[in-house]
Amino acid sequence: MSEVSYRELSLNGLWKNNPAIVQLLGLCPLLAVTASVVNAIGLAVATAMVLVCSNISVSLIRNIVSDAIRLPAFVMIIASAVTCIELLMQAYTYELYEILGIFLPLITTNCVILGRADGFASRNSVAPAAYDGFIMGAGFGVVLVLLGALRELLGTGALFANMDLLFGVDAATWKITVIDDYPNFLLAILPPGAFIFTGLIIAGKNLVDAQIKRRQDALKARPVKGAKRVRVTGNIS
Amino acid sequence: MLSESITRNSLLLALFAVCTTLLISGTYLLTKDRISEQKRIAEEKALLEIVPRNRHDNSMLDDIIIVGPEAAGLGLAENRRIYIARSGEDVVAAIIPVTAPDGYTDNIELIVGVNADGSIAGVRTLSHKETPGLGDKVDARKSDWIFSFNGRSLENPELPGWAVKKDKGVFDQFTGATITPRAVVAATLRALQYAQANSKSLFAGGAAPPAKGEN
Repeated sequence: MSEVSYRELSLNGLWKNNPAIVQLLGLCPLLAVTASVVNAIGLAVATAMVLVCSNISVSLIRNIVSDAIRLPAFVMIIASAVTCIELLMQAYTYELYEILGIFLPLITTNCVILGRADGFASRNSVAPAAYDGFIMGAGFGVVLVLLGALRELLGTGALFANMDLLFGVDAATWKITVIDDYPNFLLAILPPGAFIFTGLIIAGKNLVDAQIKRRQDALKARPVKGAKRVRVTGNIS
Repeated sequence: MLSESITRNSLLLALFAVCTTLLISGTYLLTKDRISEQKRIAEEKALLEIVPRNRHDNSMLDDIIIVGPEAAGLGLAENRRIYIARSGEDVVAAIIPVTAPDGYTDNIELIVGVNADGSIAGVRTLSHKETPGLGDKVDARKSDWIFSFNGRSLENPELPGWAVKKDKGVFDQFTGATITPRAVVAATLRALQYAQANSKSLFAGGAAPPAKGEN
């Protein structure tokens, strides 16, 4: 695989092979922290950072490590990347570190990361591996934020609450109350809500995919018709 | 040969272990000071929220009394610090750590600021693992419920009132979560009772006592 199409990689990470809604990997943090947008963004950034770091390191050592010890070596790299990022976040974004709590160390067990390390980074050179980590992280993050926004909106009737925890004091005013006097809809905030909304997002994606496929089929079908007509008129050279 | 490849692989893995450990140690050493500084800032911020600057003039982080698991009612698992806020020589308030063991998940660590007159200056959660969106409203960052303790004391309300409304008390519970606020109300009450029982040692004026031990 010497030729890597970055366009193909982007399409894969964001849509066709989206880690969250197609591969359905890393569901535990996805379902647990997406009760609000601010949590979702926090976890998305941390996961993407770990993905990029682990993909780069795995790609760097891909020719040294034999198949037999591949997985333990990858796990060691991922765990240390997570620990380092946890320490850095604790040092530089202490509040965010506090919010994410247990889900930060749990990034180690997010199958997206091991999956990309083993499935992509171990077979490609550093630049595509880093880009793949970034775009997969982005794909995961988009779903996280979408889910967070849906659940926060339906659960509390507001959006972007507590953004100051992530973006400094100025962001405290970003909260948008969409519906006044909203009676909290608990189901959306609780884990069952997370499952239901994830299901709806997947259904939505399938719907769009089906639409695209129908359109493509229609495009393919036309030339065939044309060919038949040519035969009917007997103009075969 | 088989034994050869086993040796090679083990050595390689060992090398990885050493490298990753070095990497983590390096990051740890680089960030160590900043992390402890951040923790201290966060701690001081919580303390200053309870007893603001204009009410005291000492460094609360350095004016401490150590309390351990033996302290009646506080339910501490290990040695913790009581912070004393002073204005001049008079004690303005004491900030007492208390653990609520009966939360929905895991212990809830609280600090309760008690003014010298026995009223509450403020309550904050330091750490908890309550359900996001439900029980976590005891966190001042998520909801202002915790401020409903401000100004309360053992006389306001009288003892039976120190409970959530569901238990015929005066404090609100949250929709969908009663256990967490119930635990926090009970823990706050215990901290107040501790302050009353130890008011002599906590609120005695005079020079700051020498800090007992390093913790």
